[in-house]
Amino acid sequence: MNQPKRRQTLLAPWQDASAKPFVRIVGITKTFGTTYAVDDLSVDIFQGEFFSLLGGSGCGKSTLLRILAGFEIPNSGRVYIDGVDVTDLPPFLRPVNMMFQSYALFPHMSVHANVAFGLQQEGMARAQVAARVAEMLDLVKMGGFANRKPEQLSGGQRQRVALARALAKQPKLLLLDEPLGALDRKLREHTQLELVAIQERVGTTFITVTHDQEEAMTMSTRVAIMDAGRIVQVNAPSTIYEFPATRMVADFLGAVNLFDGRVVAVESDGLRIRCEQAGCDLIMHAAQPLPEGTQVSVAVRPEKIQLLDEAPSADHNWLRGQVADIAYLGDVSIYHVKTTAGQVVRVQLTNTRHESEHALTWDDDVVLAWSSRAGVVLTS
Amino acid sequence: MNNWPQMWAQFFRGLYRSLSVLGREIQGKRGRAVVIGVPLLTMGLLFVLPFVIILRISFSESELAQPPYSSLWQWLEGGYLTIKLNFSNYLLLWQDALYLGAYLNSIKVAALSTLFTLLIGYPLSYGIARSNKRWRLALLMLIILPFWTSFLIRIYAWIGLLNSTGVINNLLLYLGVIDQPLALIRTDFAVYLGIVYCYLPFMVLPLVANLMRLDDTLLEAAADLGCRPMAAFFKVTLPLSMPGIAAGCLLVFIPAVGEFVIPDLLGGPDSVMIGHTLWTEFFTNNDWPLAASVAVAMLAFIVLPTLAFEHIQDRRARST
Repeated sequence: MNQPKRRQTLLAPWQDASAKPFVRIVGITKTFGTTYAVDDLSVDIFQGEFFSLLGGSGCGKSTLLRILAGFEIPNSGRVYIDGVDVTDLPPFLRPVNMMFQSYALFPHMSVHANVAFGLQQEGMARAQVAARVAEMLDLVKMGGFANRKPEQLSGGQRQRVALARALAKQPKLLLLDEPLGALDRKLREHTQLELVAIQERVGTTFITVTHDQEEAMTMSTRVAIMDAGRIVQVNAPSTIYEFPATRMVADFLGAVNLFDGRVVAVESDGLRIRCEQAGCDLIMHAAQPLPEGTQVSVAVRPEKIQLLDEAPSADHNWLRGQVADIAYLGDVSIYHVKTTAGQVVRVQLTNTRHESEHALTWDDDVVLAWSSRAGVVLTS
Repeated sequence: MNNWPQMWAQFFRGLYRSLSVLGREIQGKRGRAVVIGVPLLTMGLLFVLPFVIILRISFSESELAQPPYSSLWQWLEGGYLTIKLNFSNYLLLWQDALYLGAYLNSIKVAALSTLFTLLIGYPLSYGIARSNKRWRLALLMLIILPFWTSFLIRIYAWIGLLNSTGVINNLLLYLGVIDQPLALIRTDFAVYLGIVYCYLPFMVLPLVANLMRLDDTLLEAAADLGCRPMAAFFKVTLPLSMPGIAAGCLLVFIPAVGEFVIPDLLGGPDSVMIGHTLWTEFFTNNDWPLAASVAVAMLAFIVLPTLAFEHIQDRRARST
């Protein structure tokens, strides 16, 4: 995925046991009627992080964000920001600002008045307000639009104004609810990188909610995958992508091929997994040894599978299939290969040659193969 | 409050929109003639034609004849057409303090009634609009329900309540709060009470419609930016409800200016409103031309300033 390189060189305070968390969410539970929107959730977030809550609709990510903003009161649990318990503080007293999914710009106020709104609530002097608003509008490259009304702006421009307004008060924590959800695809890619650049410049801790995995991976220092009110896995995007903790995570973040089987032997270069469905044995490297007989799933990413013309000599990690479908996406092609056992395996190849030179076409017989480190063994 | 000018601008913009909504809705080409034609025909038959007749009568002279006014034109021998326009009715309106006083009094009564209706109607509308969906319809019905009773019967009911031997006075006398009946009926108070009571739904319905559309996330955004709920009401809810306020105020103010029945039945003898003056000229003095000019002047009195103000506001809005 398009993970910028420089992010990986950043310090990772979550790996440092002595680092002090900036936002602490401790045992938060929130119910609506009988459903648990957030279920005993705890997570620590560090200063300067770009933290993403990623999950499908109804996973509780928006509720958690609204609890941080103060719009929802949790049934139990505490929220600490910079060491202060803010759980019982109303939204207007929290050192937190939010960028709403709908942007929620005041339609009867100019861009300037919108950005100035929060500063005026603090009783800041007029001249200071004007200077700060100008600075914020410059930051989001909206300097020339101060006198416009929100209805006179495009979606992307509104998004920038909403960001400027939320950052104007210099909050300790900025919450972003689907920040790019309303933008079209082209603009979204550009804005992702810009949002990261702005975040690095102001140094504010960002917590964002998104259902878009690409968005989460591009922007975040860490991603928390949520499901049914709980965090399933939280880590750097590349770690989650390469080493998903569960089948749900593997499936949610990027595309994945899952092969169900059971451990039959522990060999020198990994676990031997008998896989009826695939019709072959898989030998996969595993982080921790698993006892024989354990039911497991092997997750292999589409881009880590090779398409070969002839079968390799080894007795494992390869199977035969027939090309059932080809999706040509320009830079890459996705091949749906139907195995002899009937499973459809997704394979992604980079189109390094001209399309016309491609030998593979529909109904071609191919051999799928991958190395023992190309996937992960999942037990849940 | 530093955003009063802004709120006024919002007020008049709302007013303009409510007037021009018809014009903008009709954009399609097919069926356009029918869509425009039906209301145009209705307006022509029920407003323009009667108004032209009234305008014509207002420029004639009173006569003891059938009908009781002079003709505006006459064919003379030799093919001359003479048109005689009588402006003396309008001059009289200007010169006789009775009429100007009645106009000003009508405006005052209507304006104050509108203000009271707004002060009572706004919290009511806010409560209804913010209430649970299950309750909303029932609450709205409570506002509309009295309308299903005849207007006159409701006014007579107020006479029964406000009379010196009426329910309120009897109750207060019985409780010993007062030892002489209060003069409630035939006062300005009774007129205001009657107008506010009768016109409240006209204020509440557009306000509820407006406040129901208010986006809750705007109030959340205000709170998020450090605004307390009360301040958020004045900075967000109130300015955004200006179109609703404008519509409600217009619906109350305009009929209240010409109101005849309520001041006639509940009001005292000293505060004469223009509706009553018009009635007297028409039925008691049988002076149709003067009555017609009173009506035309009343229309001009209300409509022209409104239109002029709107025009200025519209130009200002367009230039920014």
